[in-house]
This record gives sequence, structure tokens and C-alpha cells, in this order.
Amino acid sequence: MGILEVKNVNKRFGGLQALGDVNLSVAENTCHAIIGPNGAGKSTLLNCLIGKLIPDTGSVMFDGQSVLGRKPHEINQMGISRVFQTPEIFGDLTVFENVMIPCFAKRDGAFRMHAIESVAAETDIVDQAESMLAEVNMLEKRDIVASSLSRGDKRRLEMAMCLSQTPKLLLLDEPTAGMARADTNNTIELLKQIKARRDITMCIIEHDMHVVFSLADRITVLAQGTPLVEDTPDKIKGHPKVREAYLGEAEV
Amino acid sequence: MTDQTQHTAAGPATTRARRKSQGVLGLRGRDITLMGIVLFLTLAAPFILNPFPATSGMAQFNAGYPDLMQRFVIFGIFAIGFNILFGLTGYLSFGHAAFLGVGSYSAVWMFKLLGYNIVPGLVLSVIVAGLFSLVIGYISLRRSGIYFSILTLAFAQMSFALAYSVLTPITNGETGLQVYTSDPQYLQSADAPSIPHLFGLEMRATETLRLGGWSFDLNFGYYVCAVVMVLAFYLAIRIFRSPFGMMLRAVKSNQQRMNYTGLNSRPYTLAAFVISGMYAGLAGGLMASMDPLAGAERMQWTASGEVVLMTILGGAGTLIGPVLGAGLIKYFENIFSKINDGVLHQWFAFMPDGIEDLLVGIVHPFVGKGWHLTLGLLFMLVVIFLPGGLVEGGQRIASVFRRDRKAGGAEARAAAKRNVE
Amino acid sequence: MDAIFLQILNGLDKGSAYALIALGLTLIFGTLGVVNFAHGALFMIGAFCAVTLSRLLSLSFTTIDETRTDFLGNPMKVETPYAEWLFGPEFGAAIIDWTVPLSILFAIPVMLVVGLVMERGLIKHFYKRPHADQILVTFGLAIVLQEVIKYFYGANPIPTPAPELFRGSFDFGALLGFEANAVIYPIWRAVYFIFSLTVIAAVFGFLQFTTFGMVVRAGMADRETVGLLGIDIDKRFTIMFGIAAAVAGLAGVMYTPINPPNYHMGMDFLVLSFVVVVVGGMGSLPGAVLAGFLLGILESFASTAWAINLVPGINQIIIYLVAIVVLLTRPRGLMGRKGVMEE
Repeated sequence: MGILEVKNVNKRFGGLQALGDVNLSVAENTCHAIIGPNGAGKSTLLNCLIGKLIPDTGSVMFDGQSVLGRKPHEINQMGISRVFQTPEIFGDLTVFENVMIPCFAKRDGAFRMHAIESVAAETDIVDQAESMLAEVNMLEKRDIVASSLSRGDKRRLEMAMCLSQTPKLLLLDEPTAGMARADTNNTIELLKQIKARRDITMCIIEHDMHVVFSLADRITVLAQGTPLVEDTPDKIKGHPKVREAYLGEAEV
Repeated sequence: MTDQTQHTAAGPATTRARRKSQGVLGLRGRDITLMGIVLFLTLAAPFILNPFPATSGMAQFNAGYPDLMQRFVIFGIFAIGFNILFGLTGYLSFGHAAFLGVGSYSAVWMFKLLGYNIVPGLVLSVIVAGLFSLVIGYISLRRSGIYFSILTLAFAQMSFALAYSVLTPITNGETGLQVYTSDPQYLQSADAPSIPHLFGLEMRATETLRLGGWSFDLNFGYYVCAVVMVLAFYLAIRIFRSPFGMMLRAVKSNQQRMNYTGLNSRPYTLAAFVISGMYAGLAGGLMASMDPLAGAERMQWTASGEVVLMTILGGAGTLIGPVLGAGLIKYFENIFSKINDGVLHQWFAFMPDGIEDLLVGIVHPFVGKGWHLTLGLLFMLVVIFLPGGLVEGGQRIASVFRRDRKAGGAEARAAAKRNVE
Repeated sequence: MDAIFLQILNGLDKGSAYALIALGLTLIFGTLGVVNFAHGALFMIGAFCAVTLSRLLSLSFTTIDETRTDFLGNPMKVETPYAEWLFGPEFGAAIIDWTVPLSILFAIPVMLVVGLVMERGLIKHFYKRPHADQILVTFGLAIVLQEVIKYFYGANPIPTPAPELFRGSFDFGALLGFEANAVIYPIWRAVYFIFSLTVIAAVFGFLQFTTFGMVVRAGMADRETVGLLGIDIDKRFTIMFGIAAAVAGLAGVMYTPINPPNYHMGMDFLVLSFVVVVVGGMGSLPGAVLAGFLLGILESFASTAWAINLVPGINQIIIYLVAIVVLLTRPRGLMGRKGVMEE
């Protein structure tokens, strides 16, 4: 029984079957990659997991509880964090504030009216945020306004924000899309460190096979909204069906 | 807000040092200075605003008379509250005057039922405005952007129309609500003044201080309002620096990220809405306490527009901006509007006659009754060139001077930033 | 039956004004994506075009008529408008009488210029700014425009009569077979309604049947793609801003006999027009027109004694009430596309 269990999920947009009978099981403390050609339904699947979309049929269970019908913030509070394709950060706030907010969310829940105490007086949150920034090597940029960061740093910051909640499951939507090779490699290194240091389950959607094979423990290949194969990276590399459906057109 | 951007490269050591200094009353660093400035300005206002001797020709530019000073601080409170909603969350309400009006009505009702002591009136005005804004906010916040603005506008216009017509038993319609001798005033003791007072001290009690040619009015009502505003301002600083305030800025910055970070933005925005509604109610209550009258025109959308103007003119999202904006607009409305051609001719009297007339002709449309035109132009200029309002303007000027002094340091910082990027 | 009919008719003239202003607002929002709080001011400027023309036409010179004497026995002074001197007494008098309809010809170029200047001079710089900034700067502009008008024309309403021919009322019911005198309707209001239908038809026809309109419609649907086709869509959108201003201006010109114009009439109409746009659906032209007439008629029904007895004060709040219900249950409005401005 995995930490995330997707069973028979279907989703239609008008006449288009975006997801057809998707079954997926992600084991705890592994990195599970979902790959597939454009339009295979990867993003739709991810959106179903975080409450942005609601599947027509099927169930999505996380840690023994259904996530369907819950609001995004409730799903996050269950322990699922998400890194977006284009980094979603609080652009007007400083780097440090960006990391403090998820720390507050973790400690105080979805809403708390703490309107009188100063932020700086919340020493446990400040310490937590500082050590998180240290972990991603961004401590020296703590007082920079986040929107002026470079793209790579924005990505790094977004990961720090997600990790500071110590989520059970981290969803990554093409974390290296549009990045230069050097940035991509840095991101891979960062993710490897995270994996090594923490008890965390990761579910990653990615186009870049280099990223996928460096990180994933298991890989699901999605094609036209349906899982084609699920196996270990080595087996996937050699799988004839995958080569035919997908890898033939991508860099390996 | 700029202080966050300025100290780059502050390591953990400085944080720990900062953490140790607990400051005064929970305020730190610059906020203490800011609070001190506001405290000084409000307490000394009767003197500062009357810089010209009473007999001089410039005396008409003195703004230190009780009526106007009361309006300065009351609208200051209104704008401080509005800024907590608009400045922090970015939700632009065009209906906040409704809460001000409700506050005024509540206070006058307390005068009618209980007596002229202003305390019950103020308490009720805050409570009623809070409840009213809870209802309107709960509904309006289901939408964002322009839809939110239109919803608040619609609610306020409805309140205004109803106050004029159907709700006449409560609001006394066009005449406006006022206190009559036939009102019960159950708690009014025989020896208490029959005008608004605070435990016997009359709001209109004024001590006139004459020093040489100068004359200063020390009005009790003004000082009551001033103390309330100082408290309101203090509370606003605490809110701005609190985790709650940070969350409100997060709403403005990226609501989607906020929701995917496990935070429910709705109660945060609603709380901000209600707080700003209560500030508006308090302002309305104070207004009625200075002059025990309440009329529906206080609720009209143009009145809501006025507080928007104040906040943006001064600087939305800054602490002191809304207060400055409120002061500026009220000064315009009451003083600037009195400049007539006679005064203009005096000013330009040193010029040759033809040029004098020409100058008067040019300036004429913008002063006196045309003060709205100047205000509109000023407002447009601020929105176009200074989105941070007058406060941003001030900071830009200040930074020009600072750059001269610290040129070396700034260069080093710029270089560091380049390396980062 | 005839009572209902009368209420519908009564709602039409206000509805026409709402529809025209909302149409212009929607044109601007749909093409340029700008929320224009100064649109009410354009309506007001249109009305003052009529006032201006009427003042120009009634400029007179004084002559002394030796053949007649006034009550003091002095030779009588006679005021002759230049218009009569120029065009002859009869034709000149007719021109003066027909000032309001003639103002249409005067207002179109004026409003086009006002619109173009406004777009090029100010609005252009706000395309990329948040909607809140657009609202604020146009709100400021509206204040400025109305103060300028106030400076030149004063604060009091200025009566501007309709031509002699269209004054008074006619028995509209009799034409349709109702009892005599059951449905009496002012002639000018009927003229206003027909006029607004004409303008609406002209705008839709222009968008539907001309190449220019086709490009504009394509640009409203997908600005980028049209831009990529090498078409200068911005220029066309600028022209549409001018047209939208002209539509608002014409609505104002023809409204003057119904309601003497004053400097704040724009603000009075603005709030309601925005409500109309939202009810119709942000960005939907047919929606704006439909909602304009619908709300005008609804308002007229709510003003009947019957409705007021049923729900006191309903006439004052009906439009806002409808807006609130629509926004909460169907935020895209009656005919709007999903996702427009929902942020």
C-alpha cells in the first residue's frame, strides 16, 4: 500500500478524454516519476492530486484519506506540497518572508488571527526559516525582494518553501523546464540532497530524461491519458513499448 | 516597507542581535521613530497648524481651528483602516463610506437613548460597523478584482438609498439623525452637559492660548480624536508587523501560492475587511461625537471614493501615507478652497499689471472653488508616476540625498547584487 | 396590460442610455482590456457638446429697430442671432430649434478627438498596469474632466430643449389599439429610444460587416494571434476607443432634453453603467445592450406604486440587488464568457 493511491481516475474535458482509468501507487520515501509525451495528461493528473481539478470518477487516497473534494489549502495541510512549472512565489515579499509563511502555515494551520505579536518575535519560526534557507544556500539573499531573484533562485526558493513544511509528499511539475543545463544540474543535485537527508516521497513530472533517470526510483509512462508501463528506470530504458511510444522521440 | 529591501546581506548574527532588542511597546527601530513623529504631530497640531499670526494676511492659511483639526484626525483614522484592507491585501473597496455612516448613526442613537457621554456611542459604532462589514465582506469577498469593487460599491449605494428612503425611522431620512429634547437619554444625569462629552468634559471645550500675535485653540474634542488616532495608528503598526499582516501581503502578492501553502486566504481577507470596517465605524462615531448629527450623504460612493483618494495620494501600503493623504485632502477642501482672486492679486501684486492679471487668470481655475481640479490632477499624477504615493516621493528625494553621502556603500551593494544575479 | 406596456416604455429611455454607455464601456474593455471609470465623463461631455452648440447658435448681435419703440418710447433694440443673419430668418430659426439633433454632427468629431487624445495620452500607458490602477487613474481623470466642465459651464443644470416638433407627448397606446389616453408617452423619449437602437445597430453592423470590424472582433478574441498576422491591431483598438467615446457622447447629446445636463451627471450614470456591464457580462457587447434595457425596464417596474407597496424602497435598490445576485450566482454575467476578469 503506497502513500498515494490513485484508482481508476477518469477526467474528460468536453469530448477529450484527458485521463482514462489511471491507476498509480506511489510507495513511501521513493521518487516516482511520471513521464509521457505532450498531452499525455500529466499535468491534469497532478492538478487532480492537489484539488485544482476534480476527477469525474475514481479515487485519490493520500495517507489513507481521500483528497477529492477538498480545497487546495486542506490538501496541503494533509502533507502535500507542490512545486510549479513556473515558480510560484510571493514576489513582493522578501526571500525570508517567503520561507516564513509556509512555516507559519505548518505551525498554525490554515488560519490564525495572530495580528498583534511581531513577526520577529516568533523565534521558532525565524530559526526554522533560517535553517531552511541555509539548507538551500540562500541565507545571504534573505532580505532581497523575491521577484528580483534569478529564475534558478526562484525555483530554489520555491523548493525551500515547500520543504519548510516538511511535507510527506512533494509534487514537482517539470522543475527544470526552461532551465539552462547548469541550472538543471544544480536542481538535480538539490533534489538528490533533499532525498538523501529527509524522509520524503516525491512525485515528479518531467520531460528531461536526464533528470528523470538521475532521480527516479520508479517511473510511470503515461500516454493518451492512460498508464502504459510502470517499472524501475533500468527496465523502462529497455522497454520496447516505451521506446516505441515515447523514447524514440526524446533524448536519452 | 522599503526597510525590508535595504539591509541586504544581513546574516543570522544580525537577526539574533535584532531579536534581543525588544523595543518599546513591541515596536522596533524605525517604527518607534514613526510612532514618535505621529505622536508629536498630533499633540502639537494646534501649534504647528497655526504658523501665522492671527492678524497677518496669511492667517487664512492657518488650519489649526478645532473643526478642521478634528476632521484631519478622524479621516486619518478612516484612511488608516482602509489601508489595512487595500494597502495590504490589494482588495479595492468602493463602499467603505457605508461603514462610516453606520458608525455615525449608531453613535447618535446612543446619544438619543443613553445620553451624551461619547463612550457608549463609540463602542456601539465600532461594534455595529464591524457586524455590518462582516456581512458585506463575507458576500463581497466571494469575488475578487473589479467584481469585488463593484459588489462593495453596490452594497454601499444600496445602504445609501435605503438610509434616505425606507430606513427613515432609523436614519431620519433627508433631515439626518439628530438628538431631540424629547429623546429618553436614560443615563443622562441632570448635571451632565447637554452636548457630547467624555465623563463631563465637553467636546467643544476650547482653551485659547494667545502668545504675541499668535493664537492657538486647544480643543478637548480634538485631543480625544487625536488620542484615538494615535492608538489606531499604533494598532496599525502592530498589525503591519505581525504574521497576520504578512499573510495579508501574501494575499496581494500571490493568492494561488498562498492556498497551495496550506493557508486559507478567505478568512484573512475577511478579517482585514472587518478590521478596516471597524476603523471606519470608529471614525464615523467620532464624527458624530464632535457634532451629534448623522446624514445619509456620508455613505455615498463619492465619500468612499474620497478615502480611496486619501490612501493612494499618501501611499497605499505604507503606514504614514494614508494619514498624510487624509490631511492633505482635508486641507485642500477647507483652506485651499478659500483662495479667491483677491488673494491671488495680493500674491502677484509685485508683478507688472498685465502679467499679474495673466498669472491670476492662469492660477484661478485651480484654486478656490476649483480645488477639486487640482486634487484630480494631483491624484492622476500620483497614480501615473508615484504608485507608492507621496511617501514614495519623499523616499525618492531622501534617497537622492543619501546616495551622495553613501555613494561608496551603494556601489558595493550594487556590485554584490550583480554577482548574485 | 396597458399598464405593463407603459412601464416597459418608461424603462426604455433610461435603458437606452444605460445600453449605450455600457456598450462603449464594453467596447473599451473588450478591445483594450481597460476598465474606464472616465466613461461617464464622456457621456457628460457629449451632453455639453449640445449645450455648447446651443450657446454658439444663440450668439446674437443687437440692432436698433427705428420703426418700433419700447415701452419707454426709445427705439427698440432687437437681438438677432447670427444664425438667423447668416441663414435667413426662417432657416436660421429652424437651425436653432433643431440644436440638439444637429449637435450629433458636432459631437461626433469632438468625441472622436477626445477619445483618441485620451487613449494616446493616458490610457495607453496603463495597459500593462493592474486593473486597480486603471480604475484609479480614470477615476482621477473623471474628476478632472467634470471640474473642467464645471469651470466653464457652472454647477447648475442647463435646460436644453428638444425641437418644437418633438416636444409634448403622444398617445402611443392608441396606435397599438389600446384605449385612448391609456399609454401616453413623451415624443422625445420615443425619439431617444429609436436613436439608440440606430446607434447600437450601427456599431454592431460596423463590427459585423466591415473588414475593419472583423479584424477588431478577431483582435478581441485573440489579440496576440492577430498581431502575429502582421496587422496593426493597436491602431484599430485606438480607433475603437474613439468610437466608444463617440457612442457615449451621442448618448449624452440626445439625453439633454430628458434631463438638463450638469457636471456630475457622468458620475451618476457611471456607477449604474458599470453595474449594467457586470450584469451583462464583462466583455460581451450583446450582453451590455441586453442588460441595459433589461435593467432600465426593471427599474421602471420597481418604481410602480404596486412594487413599492410590496417591498418599500425597492425602486432605489433594484439595480444593485440584481447586480449582487448576478455576481454571486453567475459571475460571468448574462452573456459573458467564462474566465474574463475572474483573476
